[in-house]
Amino acid sequence: MTLILQVQAVTKRFGGLQALTKVTFDLAQGQVLGLIGPNGAGKTTLFNVINGVYTPEEGRILFLGKDVTGKKSYELAKMGMARTHQIVRPLKELTVRENVIVGACYGHENHDLISAAKIADEVLSFVGISARADQLAGSLNVAQKKRLEMARALAARPKLLLLDEVLAGLTPSEIDGMVKTVLSIRDQGVSIVMIEHVMKAIMNVSDRLFVLDYGQQIAEGGPEEVVHNPKVIEAYLGDPQMAQKLMEEG
Amino acid sequence: MRKIWLNPGFWLVLAIVVALGAWPIFQQDAAARETGFTVLLAIVMASSLNIVMGYTGYVSFGHVVFYGIGGYIGMYFIDSLGLPLPVAVLFGGLSSALLAFLLGKAILRLRGAYFALATIGVNEAARTFVANFQPFGAATGIELQFSVYKAYGGALQALWLVYYGVVGIAIFSVIFSYYIKTSKFGLGLMTIREDEDAAEVIGIVTPNAKTWAYVLSAILPGMLGVLFFFKNGNVEPGDAFRLGFSIESLVMIMLGGQGTVLGPVLGALGYQRLRGTLLTSDLMIGSLPLKDFQLVISGFLMLLIILFIPSGLVGWLRQRFATLRRVLA
Repeated sequence: MTLILQVQAVTKRFGGLQALTKVTFDLAQGQVLGLIGPNGAGKTTLFNVINGVYTPEEGRILFLGKDVTGKKSYELAKMGMARTHQIVRPLKELTVRENVIVGACYGHENHDLISAAKIADEVLSFVGISARADQLAGSLNVAQKKRLEMARALAARPKLLLLDEVLAGLTPSEIDGMVKTVLSIRDQGVSIVMIEHVMKAIMNVSDRLFVLDYGQQIAEGGPEEVVHNPKVIEAYLGDPQMAQKLMEEG
Repeated sequence: MRKIWLNPGFWLVLAIVVALGAWPIFQQDAAARETGFTVLLAIVMASSLNIVMGYTGYVSFGHVVFYGIGGYIGMYFIDSLGLPLPVAVLFGGLSSALLAFLLGKAILRLRGAYFALATIGVNEAARTFVANFQPFGAATGIELQFSVYKAYGGALQALWLVYYGVVGIAIFSVIFSYYIKTSKFGLGLMTIREDEDAAEVIGIVTPNAKTWAYVLSAILPGMLGVLFFFKNGNVEPGDAFRLGFSIESLVMIMLGGQGTVLGPVLGALGYQRLRGTLLTSDLMIGSLPLKDFQLVISGFLMLLIILFIPSGLVGWLRQRFATLRRVLA
């Protein structure tokens, strides 16, 4: 089993704020890792560190076995990493198709415009927005923009895909559609790390879950095991034994 | 999107520039030629600035620097080294490109208003430097001996020769502009314009792409600078680095539509037409002649464009009439 991504004791500080503390995990080829945790836990920061937007103060990141700590986002993209953003970033004045062509052109396969256009049409029909291909990206609704964001990342034919809350703001039926899409991406052999708040969905999709709270990892393992972990429940709901403890003390 | 010769938008913009350039040649009229000079210069300045401003989204107030530096280098080569005009033109373009490359490495890491401010600084620095640089004649500039024109069959013949050069560069500038816009490189530039951070994540090597855009925008103004100062017979710091000229180029782009190929051409035409009308007008505002208000009016015009049609004439037409998108590049 080859490891596609290794995060080793990564620490990231913003001034006095400790955003990530010695975060460590591995991701095996072809697996889906679900990254969960309360708001402000440092999930997106972790993505930004993996993706080269921020450089960590301590620790190392290995992608495809190579140390990529401190590399720029575009260098990582050229190696086969792609991501979506929590707050969608469509290229508004370009058409939907052009948005996806950009992804294919500048990813690690480095396509020219003609072959990129072919890939774009495939990917657009895969995520189900090919009817919108000639519209300006700015005119899409939220669900369509999320799909566009995904399409642009997929057009790069990435080896590792970082998905940042692709389900947020979607209706239940849209969520079902998106979950199916994520699973079929995984079936194509793409390794995925995904941040998500919709628990039912992420439990279904993930091979493993990784839980962050205040920048620290508090649990890791299979989905069932992790959601019954007392530390995880405490992070989300407060201390489940608190009432009992108070009674006993009283 | 790659086959240029199949796109009517390409032929439309090319036809406009060819027609404009050819008109004075058929007329064989000196006044028409002078108008042609002004309009074609404006078209090249606006089209080339559009690569940085319209495609890449970086507003530059220092575009005239490339015109000035190219012009100075070319004049120096002609005057002091006795090189022929075509060689000087080539060196003018190359030296502007080199300057853009070095500047780009330094100031293109700035974004938005900070970059715009830095380009004003570059303009002022270049002007002050040249005004104190002895080999370039310091404050008095470089003046050509009249005998220089003899090599080109006399002054009249030289004027027409320069005009053909300007027409050639203007035609090339719109082909170039169209080619970049429809290339993979151009798509990368537009991605940077829309969202630079997203562009990096997608895999665009943004520092390189921006620097190349800047270099490509600098070459043609540098070449034109040589032709224009050769035609004038002299170059001075105040003419070569006139901030107002950069601003006028911006107005022309915004008037016509930034990020389009046709926009800067129409904008340049429209603006020069308006300017010509104002400059020759006999109208008075109170006791003041209207022609003194040329820059006031262009400033006001820019305000109106930004408020009501920020995408310019071509952008507005494209939004309004989707069927025109194929024709208006």
